[in-house]
Amino acid sequence: MVDLASSPVNGRDTPLDADATRHVPSVHGDASLFRFATAGSVDDGKSTLVGRLLHDSKAILADQLEQVARTSAERGFAHGGGLDFALLTDGLRAEREQGITIDVAYRYFSTGNRSFILADCPGHVQYTRNMVTGATTADAVVVLIDGRKGVLEQTRRHLAVIALLRVPHVIVAVNKIDLLGYEQDAFERVRAQVQTVTADLGIEDLHVLPVSALEGDNIVGRSEHTPWYEGPALLELLEALPGQDELESALDDFRLPVQLVLRPQGGLSPDVTPDEADALRDFRASAGRIASGTVRVGDPVEIFPSGIRTTVSAIAVAGQPVSQATVPQSVSLQLADDVDAARGAVIAAAGTLPTARHEIDAELFQLDARTLTTGSRVLVKHGTATVQAFIAQIDSRYDLDTLAHEPAEALEANDIGRVRLRLAAEIPLEPYSANRAGGSFLVIHPSDGATLAAGIMRD
Amino acid sequence: MTDTILGGPVPELADRFTPRRPRTGTRLDTLEILEAEAIHIIREVVAEFERPVLLFSGGKDSVVVLHLAAKAFFPGRVPFPVLHVDTGHNFPEVLAFRDETVARLGVRLEVARVQDYIDDGRLHERSDGTRNPLQTLPLLDAITAGKHDAVFGGARRDEDKARAKERIISLRDEFGQWDPRNQRPELWSLYNGRHTPGQHVRAFPISNWTELDVWRYLEREQIPLPPLYFAHEREVYARDGMWRATGEFSPPRAGESVERRVVRYRTVGDMSCTGAVESDAADLHSIVAEIARSTLTERGATRADDRISEAAMEDRKKDGYF
Repeated sequence: MVDLASSPVNGRDTPLDADATRHVPSVHGDASLFRFATAGSVDDGKSTLVGRLLHDSKAILADQLEQVARTSAERGFAHGGGLDFALLTDGLRAEREQGITIDVAYRYFSTGNRSFILADCPGHVQYTRNMVTGATTADAVVVLIDGRKGVLEQTRRHLAVIALLRVPHVIVAVNKIDLLGYEQDAFERVRAQVQTVTADLGIEDLHVLPVSALEGDNIVGRSEHTPWYEGPALLELLEALPGQDELESALDDFRLPVQLVLRPQGGLSPDVTPDEADALRDFRASAGRIASGTVRVGDPVEIFPSGIRTTVSAIAVAGQPVSQATVPQSVSLQLADDVDAARGAVIAAAGTLPTARHEIDAELFQLDARTLTTGSRVLVKHGTATVQAFIAQIDSRYDLDTLAHEPAEALEANDIGRVRLRLAAEIPLEPYSANRAGGSFLVIHPSDGATLAAGIMRD
Repeated sequence: MTDTILGGPVPELADRFTPRRPRTGTRLDTLEILEAEAIHIIREVVAEFERPVLLFSGGKDSVVVLHLAAKAFFPGRVPFPVLHVDTGHNFPEVLAFRDETVARLGVRLEVARVQDYIDDGRLHERSDGTRNPLQTLPLLDAITAGKHDAVFGGARRDEDKARAKERIISLRDEFGQWDPRNQRPELWSLYNGRHTPGQHVRAFPISNWTELDVWRYLEREQIPLPPLYFAHEREVYARDGMWRATGEFSPPRAGESVERRVVRYRTVGDMSCTGAVESDAADLHSIVAEIARSTLTERGATRADDRISEAAMEDRKKDGYF
């Protein structure tokens, strides 16, 4: 499988033999971008799946493969053609030494018309924290299940986090189908278990497929071992699903959290000509990344917190004038009136400003080892605003095994709970179900700055 | 999205960056999304930190970050200085490019010199002659002296397995150390850069870019680069499976025969550990095509220091390296 003769020699970039099927990525950069996360329990073969996906989509290059082959051989690894794919993703010394994955790792591959960012979320330690991290930016999550074991406690927990964080697409890969004799009945039993759980959780966009990461069945192409399975292979599915920006974007209400005001007092760009410089003396624009919706020149807008209305007089994307811009572009807006729209402000389509709140009901995902209790003083970061806050009340803790809410006094690491937060200043939070960016925030330790929890506003 | 240039309220803001391809649909492509993400990160850091600085070597990745910063703050100038850690073993054409670039963009250049540390005994030359690992101390001293609380870098997660685990905003302690087992979770696009006195952050705006994305962006934006990225004839000799340039800091040893070959560099670093690849790609378009077909990673193909061990990069990063 690994041809060491094709290793780098004198910097010459020798093509791998039998490499005719290698995907050559687009040279134009016009492919769409799709972000997904992978999650699984201990020993369900996730590293193998990720390695297989990267290997079979030809994203592993010869020198990386050679390194994996060398280390695999040193350790006497015999499966999967002598390649321990886990070595591709376990990047830290401690991970390789202990044979475990510690932290979320990001991987990149491309199939010609789509570029992928893969957040590989380990299932060993701090799996809730890792799942939350991966899920917040994902267009899709691939949850791996060992087909012999079916839905485990950790699978249910992963699916619960995915449901709460409203990841648009959920893919469940039932792995080790080879060890189940490629039997349809065995697969259907697991699929029925999965569907029971996802129905309880309200997951709508679900795809369940039979795979063998070790053997490569239904990973890149459809397997001849599962003729009864008529759905797409994993990679085919990932290529076809619509991305987040295609789903929400353009139709939602326009929101721009202002990062800073561009006012070239510190000096104009050398690209500005002397003729232009005069006109730019009073230049002022609010810069930020569009959180939702579309903005056009001439649009009426409303500014949080002042509530003042004005219109958009000019838009630039990365310094270049345009007539309209959409999520997730980084823009600067010039406004018709000289109004205050600095860091922490939100520029919104007129008449759509969310209610400003001093008090919010939220779901918190506790990520730090320290306990949160009633009265805990924290900072809340929402969009570009950071405000002081304290926990006014802890309503309940979500039991991920029974999916029931239980009374609770405190939130410990990996807990998910309902709390009421009181804020020192109003922020324009809106329900997470309506708008992922507008409804999410960080809970930060006020003195050491650690991120304690991820928060989303409840409906 | 259309690229209509408005004649309206601000005619003075003409299109001065390279025109993009005409758009057909409303969907943004990969490069547009990556550019938007990078500019968001750069603006967040400038908004939340007192004294950011950009590590600028003249290499393609830091060139892209500087270009993104120029776009992020236009029509103002880049609101932070750049810092070059000079190993003393740089390619002369890269130093010339560095100086031209900072002059063109009107940014201030700070230089930390490894040679100064060797001259006064704070650092010692290594037996293998490479000065890459020696950059850490001058870098940390320069960060302290400049009171820099945020340090931009052009590192990408596809470069190395340790970098694949690093956050976009990555906290460093008083000793500049990275603690890979104790990183803050990075959620949505909410970056948490809070730190205590003495700590600083490293900020990596192009974390999610691949090598090919960088080249495609350089081509799309027609960004100037040092000439040695393009195919040229050079005196080279083979060592460690790479073509090494002859020169004051990297002479061939006995038994290594020098020949003239047409080569280019995929990465630009210290002359003592950076190798060239054979290539006839003489312009950005040909380089993009070459990288798309390549079967080697850039570090595997051209960096002697990363071939030392599986954890070479992780060990350097823990000590405060880029």
